[in-house]
Formats: sequence, structure tokens, C-alpha cells
Amino acid sequence: MEPLILNINKSHELISSLLILLGVVFLLLSSIGLLRFPDFYTRMSAVTKGSTMGLGLILIGLSVYFNNIDVSIKILLILFFTFLTSPVAAHVISRTAVKLRVPFWSRTNIKEFEDYLKRENAFEPKDKPDEFKKD
Amino acid sequence: MSLFTITLHIAIAALAFSLCLASIRFFIGPSLPDRITSFDVMVANIISIIAVYAEITGNKDFIDVAIILSIFGFLGSISFAYYLLKTNR
Repeated sequence: MEPLILNINKSHELISSLLILLGVVFLLLSSIGLLRFPDFYTRMSAVTKGSTMGLGLILIGLSVYFNNIDVSIKILLILFFTFLTSPVAAHVISRTAVKLRVPFWSRTNIKEFEDYLKRENAFEPKDKPDEFKKD
Repeated sequence: MSLFTITLHIAIAALAFSLCLASIRFFIGPSLPDRITSFDVMVANIISIIAVYAEITGNKDFIDVAIILSIFGFLGSISFAYYLLKTNR
């Protein structure tokens, strides 16, 4: 049983645990936002930024702890892939939700979006833009 | 048990709590895109849990599991979104 004192020779453990705790806070806040926000689009906005940032911080903490070039290359691969694919997936899912007419929150200002729909004529004529405000 | 290990155990408990919150949204989600989003969050949480577990045990082989899981999470959400886009519901 070691005493509960941080050894000065193990400073990589200190830096790694600080990074991991920061990442866990980001992930926890993004999950609370996923549960508490009123609308699909606001939930998507909370989740995409927070979970990517938290995952990046945790993986950087893991790389600092191992201090090994093989592990660091693998972790850079995961980071590159996550940072590349998470915005793409969020964009595709949000576009699908707009196509499926998932309702907006009642206090969302969607005037610019209605103007865009009128100008571009993006949907069929039966899709009136005021069908969006139902929630 | 040093302070470092206790910190990692606290981190893994908080990640498990966050996974519970995401699965609650997965059950009560009013629409299907909500469920896809919460699936994304669950995949990110599981990758983080695997990373912290690899740090607790000191085993470097779990990082390969995290690579494969990140690739499959992206493919899963993209294929669900494509399926929703192509079916007229």
C-alpha cells in the first residue's frame, strides 16, 4: 500500500490524470446536454463539440501516460479519424432530420431558413415551412 | 492503490454515468435521428472507457480495439442516416 502522495518522478501520471479528468468533464457535460436540451438540433449542437473534445483530451492523456512512439502513432490515428468523421456524421444526420421534418423548438428563430426554403424551393409544394414549428 | 489509480477509477465511474444518460436518451428519444445521435455519444463514451481501462491495466493491446470501434461507429451512424434519407417516411 503506497502512501497517497504524488511522487515527483511520476509527473507523467499527474499530467495524464489531469487531461483525463478534463476530458471526462467534457463528456459528462455533453451527455447532460443530450438529455436536457429541448430540441433535436440543439442536442446535436451540444453533443458534436463536447464529445469530440472530451475524447481528444482522454486520448492525449493516454498518449502522455504510455510515452511510447507506437502507442502515440495509434492514438494519432484514432484522433485523426475521429476529428475527420464526427463533423461529417453530424452534418449528414442533421440534413436527414431536416428532410424528415423533425420539429424545431418553438423559440427557435427559423425566419432565415424559411426564406431559404422559399428561394431555393428545396422541398415539394406540399411541405409548407410552418409545419416545422410543432414542438 | 495510489492516487493515480483512484483518479482513473473515478474517471471510469463518471464515464459509466455518462453512458447511462446517453442510453436514457436512446430509450425516450422522440425521433430516429435522436437515437442515432445518442448512439454516437455511446460509441465515444465506450472508446473513452477502453482508453482509461488500457491505462489502468497498462496493456497496450486495447488501443487497437479503440481504433476498430471508432471506424465502426462512424460507419454505423452514416449507414443509418443514409437509410433514413433513402426511405420515404
